[in-house]
Amino acid sequence: MGGYNFRPTERFDGSTIWDWLTTVDHKKIGILYVGSGLIFFLIGGVEALLIRLQLIVPDSGFVTPETYNQLMTMHGTTMIFLVAMPLLIGIMNYAMPLQIGARDVAFPFLNSLGFWLFFVGGLLLNLSWFFGGAPDAGWSSYTSLALNDYSPGPGVDYYVLGLQISGIGSLIGGINFIVTIVNMRAPGMTYLRMPLFTWTTFVTSALLLFAIPPLTVALLLLMLDRLFGTGFFSVALGGEVVIWEHLFWIFGHPEVYLVVLPVFGVFSDVISAFSKKTLFGYLSMVFATVLIGFIAFMVWVHHMFTDGLGAMANTIFGIATMAIAVPTGIKIFNWLFTMWGGKIRFTTAMLFSVAFIPTFVMGGVTGVMLAVVPADWQFHDSYFVVAHFHYVLLGATVLGLFSALYYWWPKMTGKLLNETWGKWHFWLFLFGFHLTFLPQHFLGLYGMPRRVYTYESSPMVDNINMISTIGSLGMTLGTIFFLYNIVVTQKRGQRAGADPWDGRTLEWTIPSPTPEYNFAQLPLVESYDPLWEAKMNGDGKVPAAEPLGSIHMPSSSYLPLFISIGMFVAGYALILHSYFVAVIGMIVVFAVMGVRSFEVDHGYHLEAEELTGSSNLSGKGVHGR
Amino acid sequence: MKLSKQDMDPSIRLETATLEGKNKILGFWLFLAAETVLFSCLFGTYLALRTHANGGPTTQELFQLPLVAIATFILLTSSLTSVLGIVAMHKHDVNRCFNWLFVTVLFGLSFLGLEIYEFAHYIHEGLTMSTSAFGSSFYTLVGTHGSHVLFGSIWISFILIQLKSRGLNTDTAPKVYVASLYWHFVDVVWVFIFTLVYLLGTLE
Repeated sequence: MGGYNFRPTERFDGSTIWDWLTTVDHKKIGILYVGSGLIFFLIGGVEALLIRLQLIVPDSGFVTPETYNQLMTMHGTTMIFLVAMPLLIGIMNYAMPLQIGARDVAFPFLNSLGFWLFFVGGLLLNLSWFFGGAPDAGWSSYTSLALNDYSPGPGVDYYVLGLQISGIGSLIGGINFIVTIVNMRAPGMTYLRMPLFTWTTFVTSALLLFAIPPLTVALLLLMLDRLFGTGFFSVALGGEVVIWEHLFWIFGHPEVYLVVLPVFGVFSDVISAFSKKTLFGYLSMVFATVLIGFIAFMVWVHHMFTDGLGAMANTIFGIATMAIAVPTGIKIFNWLFTMWGGKIRFTTAMLFSVAFIPTFVMGGVTGVMLAVVPADWQFHDSYFVVAHFHYVLLGATVLGLFSALYYWWPKMTGKLLNETWGKWHFWLFLFGFHLTFLPQHFLGLYGMPRRVYTYESSPMVDNINMISTIGSLGMTLGTIFFLYNIVVTQKRGQRAGADPWDGRTLEWTIPSPTPEYNFAQLPLVESYDPLWEAKMNGDGKVPAAEPLGSIHMPSSSYLPLFISIGMFVAGYALILHSYFVAVIGMIVVFAVMGVRSFEVDHGYHLEAEELTGSSNLSGKGVHGR
Repeated sequence: MKLSKQDMDPSIRLETATLEGKNKILGFWLFLAAETVLFSCLFGTYLALRTHANGGPTTQELFQLPLVAIATFILLTSSLTSVLGIVAMHKHDVNRCFNWLFVTVLFGLSFLGLEIYEFAHYIHEGLTMSTSAFGSSFYTLVGTHGSHVLFGSIWISFILIQLKSRGLNTDTAPKVYVASLYWHFVDVVWVFIFTLVYLLGTLE
């Protein structure tokens, strides 16, 4: 070429790392989400293990009280915001467009932006360990504890800004999924033919849309109080701490369903696939999903029963909370009836789904116990609550995530995870889980409060804590088996093929790993379970809705990465109180947004000859057969 | 940029002619839903704290309706001019569309000028963000709205440049359309601010 290269990106164009940094492919973004979610899962898991090791014996000095507070805060924050949400959003990103027969999501550019914002937010949060101390006011960061007077270091600033940045990413993801589902379903894919995982993605996205803004506001107000001396929560200036609690839980309660509803979709798909039966009560499942999503916004006050909001308020929210048990019960029975009389195959994915059912029912029962207001005054802030929410959050979300990973792993990587290692993983994790959290109900009843770094020696409490810690080692061991499984199968795993599970939905009609254009021809959907229908009543091929032709693809872009770096710089500068740099960071953000606004980018086309490994569709693309 | 046949035919709604355009408009409506929740939370916070003056200036002492009424008039008129811009767009009249949107931006900037004057006045009267919980919630709510007006003005200015250089087509029309949606939303929020902040603050 010679001379100065005016397109600096030409030098890294085509390199693998640059390809992943700038990708707008929903499948690669999904894998990025899953990969970073798993890394944060290990970090959050180590934090949990350190907590349990501190509590293994009374009066232990394994970690200092300050470190314990940081571990406890970061464990909760990491597991909710950096593990459960991104892993679920990653799986949604990968699987949902395939399930509805779409070539892409509605906003590929924004999808990439959403991921990078989440990533830099999580990075910022975890940098706190090395620069100034991690947040230590609990994952719910209650004021006044989280204000400067009681949390003087920069820890809570990391919390406020890290979560703010990753929250914007989640909101973008939610909007993207809704528009994709509404506008981009394949021909014939009516709403009531969508697989349950797509349905739960839809409702979850609506929850994201309405639940993230209250968090945005809460974090904004706390940031203003801590950095700019406003008085929202400062009683000295006339502020009200209960405003934080309301805003936080208006977000925080729907958040619980944000991470639980998608795995309900996973269980529905997995149980149906491995029972070789169509899902029992499809319509009632959809209805229950929507209803749970709706009630999720009606019950936030049950986190505040002991705040003195009044008997009437507590009663109303107590009853509303119990009402959630009804649609959830509908789902549980539908899963049982789906298995009833089915040809069940106990693969690892199926084991995780089946184990979820009794676990979640136990968590649900303690949930109804907590919804009884007078009883809650006893359970409040004791280990009973810790046991309850780990039963529902771990019992649903983590078991569901493992189920989803084993189920869709072959589609994502082209390799099957080893079933033997998978079963070791399952049994160790499940046994460890129950050994850890079942005894904690009794710890709560014996009066052990949550969030304290140690306890006085007394016979029962000592023993139960010991058992609980031993259980957490079981979960650790199980996770090590899982990681080993990933490493080994990536090297010499069994090739998956398009349809390793004898599946029922559209994602199993295309090769694994999925080609970048997803479907060479859009499928024509004529029933619920289209692939299964084709296997039963036809040649096993889903008909195509269009002839083979050129496919429009979006071009990759480095702008999302740049916007996120600008946000990261601005966020970090605010934590360091260097407002000049923060302004520069924000100027970078808006400048890159301006560049994007002027960009004319029509993507590129893949021609029919370039489409390799055509899909499992039949016909020349005539409507009907 | 060369115009296609589609771009010239006034019977075609340019903003919804492509899937990208449809996606953008639906996505933007959803974004506005999220913004509604965001402002609702800010309103709730303000309503809870508006009497917590903590010995500092109160709403009755500060607010002057004539100034706010002028600001309201300017902002609501700018909603009308943005509608006229959309009407022109639907007739594929790029010049008229440009002119009406230009007027919209001018109105937006004059509104901002008034707001800056108003804030400076209040600070002079002794109300800052850290005077009292009322001050914090007032500046946060009204300031968030103001920053939306600023963002919208810059955004529409960018679109105006694109209208000049590229004309109306299936790429620019959805941008004009969503920008006008945003502008209406910002105006509607102002109606609530006028009622719940200024009227409620002076009439009691």
